[in-house]
Order: sequence, then structure tokens, then C-alpha cells
Amino acid sequence: MSAAETTTTKVPPPRRHSSPPGRGPGRARVRRGNRVRLGRALTPWLLLAPCLLVLVLVLGYPLIKLGTLSFQDYKKPQLWGFKPATWVGFDNYQAILKDQEFWDVVVRTILFAASAVILTMVLGMLIALLLQRVSGWVRTLINIALVASWAMPVVVAVTVFKWMFDSDYGVVNWTLSQIPGVDYSGHNWFASGPEGLSVIMLQVVWGAIPFVVITLSAGLTQVPKELEEAARLDGADAFGVFRYVTFPIIKPLVVMMTTLSIIWDMGVFAQVWLMRGGHPEPEFQLLTTYSYDKAFGVNDYATGSAIALLTVLLLLGVVAVYMRQMLKIGEVE
Amino acid sequence: MSALTSRPTAAPAVITATAAERRRRNAKRGWNVVGLLVFVVTAFPVYWMINTAFKPAKDAIDPKPHFFPWPVSLENFRRALNISDFWGPVERSLIVSASTVVIGAIIGLLAALAISRFAFRGRKVVIVGILTVQMVPLVAMIIPVFLLLNQIHQIDKLSGLVLTYLTFVLPFTVWTLRGFIVNIPKELEEAAMVDGCSRTGAFIRVVFPLLAPGLVATSIYAFIQAWNEFLYALLVMSQEHETATVWLGTFTTQHGTEYAPMMAGSTMMGVPVVILFLLVQRRMAAGLTAGAVKG
Repeated sequence: MSAAETTTTKVPPPRRHSSPPGRGPGRARVRRGNRVRLGRALTPWLLLAPCLLVLVLVLGYPLIKLGTLSFQDYKKPQLWGFKPATWVGFDNYQAILKDQEFWDVVVRTILFAASAVILTMVLGMLIALLLQRVSGWVRTLINIALVASWAMPVVVAVTVFKWMFDSDYGVVNWTLSQIPGVDYSGHNWFASGPEGLSVIMLQVVWGAIPFVVITLSAGLTQVPKELEEAARLDGADAFGVFRYVTFPIIKPLVVMMTTLSIIWDMGVFAQVWLMRGGHPEPEFQLLTTYSYDKAFGVNDYATGSAIALLTVLLLLGVVAVYMRQMLKIGEVE
Repeated sequence: MSALTSRPTAAPAVITATAAERRRRNAKRGWNVVGLLVFVVTAFPVYWMINTAFKPAKDAIDPKPHFFPWPVSLENFRRALNISDFWGPVERSLIVSASTVVIGAIIGLLAALAISRFAFRGRKVVIVGILTVQMVPLVAMIIPVFLLLNQIHQIDKLSGLVLTYLTFVLPFTVWTLRGFIVNIPKELEEAAMVDGCSRTGAFIRVVFPLLAPGLVATSIYAFIQAWNEFLYALLVMSQEHETATVWLGTFTTQHGTEYAPMMAGSTMMGVPVVILFLLVQRRMAAGLTAGAVKG
């Protein structure tokens, strides 16, 4: 984002719209004077100014602050202004990287996010394909259900899932116990980290699928029917049609959805925090809650920032892929 | 297709046609069954929430689940409203969400116009910048944002919360509105300008009316996002000034966690949002993909 502002200062002579080629531009350029041209060049920046200002204040500045904080000693006295923040170099990072607990959290977060993303994308794709094959009324039903789970506030969804997976009165335990030979009554889903995180993941996936399905469905309607038909006539089976015709067309959308899912699933916070009643146990900690706990639990804002920054760095690789896609969109304009 | 390819011999064609049709109908029936299964699984949590909210508390904790809220009881809602102040948090949430949306829509509309209707050096950088900003995980930013709000004395203030909400509402609003504006032919504006409108006049009289539905949909969507936000609300506001999501997130009674009133609270918070969302979802999906595909 910072790149965006650096270009604001110098406004080069304007260029006319890229649109209607052939008519207009030439004549307009001759007619308009220099002053008008400068005004025209400034207009878009004036329109953008408030937006950029807000983004710089509440995103740009904190982002820089996040970086500087991670190299400082910043605890409660510094927060209240009793003591100035002192620079400590890489001490925070050294302490974190040496901590085995941190690495456990990293591995857990990656496993959690990866499974959630894969599950979301695969199920989302399958449901999107299914929507093309069912009757209209079934499609409407599924769409309503999807939109409902999409709109559900995370807090509400978490509460409902907690209730469904309750050990004594939860409907899930009861349902599983109906299977002959299986007894889940009184089973505590949150007694172990992996099992508890699976439930949390299920909730995350449930909330994430609608966006994927609805976007992919919209993309699928743009796949020309003739192409699929031609492939089928040429002897392709259903999978072949999907693999060689449908998928390549919607691939940009899939890449975009996957990237966004990774960013979102790496950033899961409220779900874990709420499911564990505000105090996630060590085996439930993800990078986000871990950083939060360090900052606001023990008031070590510097260490918390360093962890947050490491999380962002971890994401950067993924973001690079997404950025390439976005740049392509930018070029089309 | 097989009917078409074998047209010359009429009789077998009819047979294959009906056979193919039957097969297709059977396949469709099979897909419908799978579809209904998907529907049941996706809809279940919502159904279970409403079901629990409306049944007597005694039935909610029956080891054998009751699948229909019969007899219907409003007891849980009464309890949810009595356990702690409900309308205060709701009012605060409404104020915050509405302010965020209004500010976001105005600022966002200007920015969207700039990047969709003007050609200028650095436009691409701005577009990519706004998209990048959209991806910064908010969770990673809580510590510096908290310190920033602390510095400018906005902790425990609704205005501080509005400011932080703009970080995710703005980029989204700009991007979506851009999608809607790109879809409005530039020729309409140009025609108006030829007929003597100023650029601003052309926008207000021609583009704005066409954009209004998209603007409403985007605003409602942004409203829902602000309304649903939990993390910053938890961090910025004190307990006596909590918002609705935090109210529900920290919902406990003196008897520990009581799920039946909790589900009533969830229903009150979730159902209005779902209805709002259902109203705008179609248009939103169109706007989002229009932006994505048309570029």
C-alpha cells in the first residue's frame, strides 16, 4: 500500500481514457488548455484522498508500528507511558524461535489451515458442480441454506456448534450413538486438542463453503456448454470434461478462492477463542491466539507483535501467488 | 444427441431417445437426493439453533433430542433478555455498523469512481494496493491498532471502533462498487455530457440512479460484516460498553452455560442478519463476479 502513496506526490501529464478508441481523445486534447488538464489529473487523486488517508492511518501506520514494536521491549510500563520503549534488536525473535512451544503452534496452525482450506475447496467445488445437476427447487433449497450459513455471525455459529457438540446434551453425540455398537454419550470433544480443533475446523469450513460455492457457481455458468458437449462427443468421461474443459476456464477463480481461504483460515481467531471460553489451552493455540495471549494475556506487546509479524511472513508466500493473479486483472483494464 | 445422430432410422431413434431420457431422469433423481443431503447437512446448525430456542428449556436438555419445538415456548427469549442487558449492546452495534457503512460508502464511492472512471498514472498501483490491503489479516494487526487507539484516546469509544472497522469495510466497498460502476456503460455519461451536463451532473443524473441498487447491496453487506465483527469489539470496548457480538460471546448465567437461552440470543442476533443477507446476496454475487471477470 505504501507504494500507492509514493506515487501521489508527482502527477504526470494526464492521459485520456483508454476507452472508446478512435473518436474523442485527439480532439479533446487539442481543445483543452493546460490548466484544465492539470485539474483533470488531480481529480482522481482528490477522489481517492479520503480513502487513502483512512487506510494509511488505520492500516499503514499500524503495520509499520507492528514492525518496530517487534524489535523493542514493550510491556505494561511502556503502554502507560511510565517508561520509554527500548530497542532490543532481534532479542524477541531469538527468544521466540528458540521456544519449542512456538514451533508446535506453527505446525498446528499450518496443519489446521491446510486441512480447512483443502476441505473447503474440495467440498465447495463438489457442491458447485452438484448445483448444476440438480432440479431447480433443490438448487433453491441449497442456496438458501448456504446463504444462511454465510450470513451467520461467527459468534452465533460458534455458539451453535458448541451446543451441538456438547458432551451431555449435544445432538451430535446422540446421533453418533444411534449407530449400532457406537456409544458417544458423554463424550467430550474438547478433551483433546486434535479432536477439539477438528470440531472448530468443521465450523470454519461450514462457514467458508458458501462463499466458495456461490462464486464458483457463478464462474461455472460462464463455461460454454458447447465446449463441454464437444469434449463429451469426443469421448471424454465426466472427469475428463471437468479436468480438461471446465477446470481450466474457472482456474483463476479457484486460485483466488484458495488464496483467500488460506489467508482467512490462517487468521482464525474468534472460533478458537470462543470455543475455549476465552482461555484456549496450550494444545488449542494457533498463531493468532498465541500472539494475542502473549500481548494481552501477559502484556508482552513486543513478543506478540513479533509472532504476528512472523505469521504475516508465513502468509507472504501465498500472497505472492494471489498478487500475480491480481496484477493480471490490473493489466486487463 | 443420440436421437439426432441416428435420425434416418426412425424407430430405433425413438427407443434410444426414451432410454436416454429415462437414464437422464434417473441421474437427475440421484443428484437431487445427494443435493437434499447437502441441504440437510448445511441447514442443520441453523435449524437446530431455532429449534432449541423455541422449545421449553426442559426439553432442550432431554438426553433424547426433540426435533420439533413443541410446545412452542418463548421462555428462552425472556430469559435471554433478562440475564443481562440486551438492547444496550444491540444499540451500540447498530450505531457502530451504521456509521461505518455511511462513512465507508461515501469515501468508498469516491475512490471507486476514481479508479473506474479516470485514467491516471498510478491507477494500477492503487488498485493492487487496495486489493493487497484487503488481504492483510486483521488479527495480525490488533496489537498496533490497539496501541494506536490508546495513543489517540479512542479506547472504549464507539468512534474508535468505527475507525478500525473501516479497515476492512473500505477496501471491500471500493472493490465491489468498482465492479458495479464498470458495468455501467460510459457512453451513457458521455451522451449526457454531449447534451450539456457537466461531468458531475452526468454522474448524479445518469450513473448514480443506475448505481443505487449496487450501492445499497454493498452497504448492507458491509453493515453485516461490521455487525458480525467480534475481535476488535472485544478488545476495544469495555464490558459495560460491549457490542452485541461480545454480549453473545460472553453469555453466561449464574448457572453456568445455559444453552437454551443462549440459542434464543443467537436466534435474535443471527436471523435478522440472514434475512438481510438473503435480500442482497444475488446482487452481491453478481457484483463481485462482474468485477472479477470483467477486470
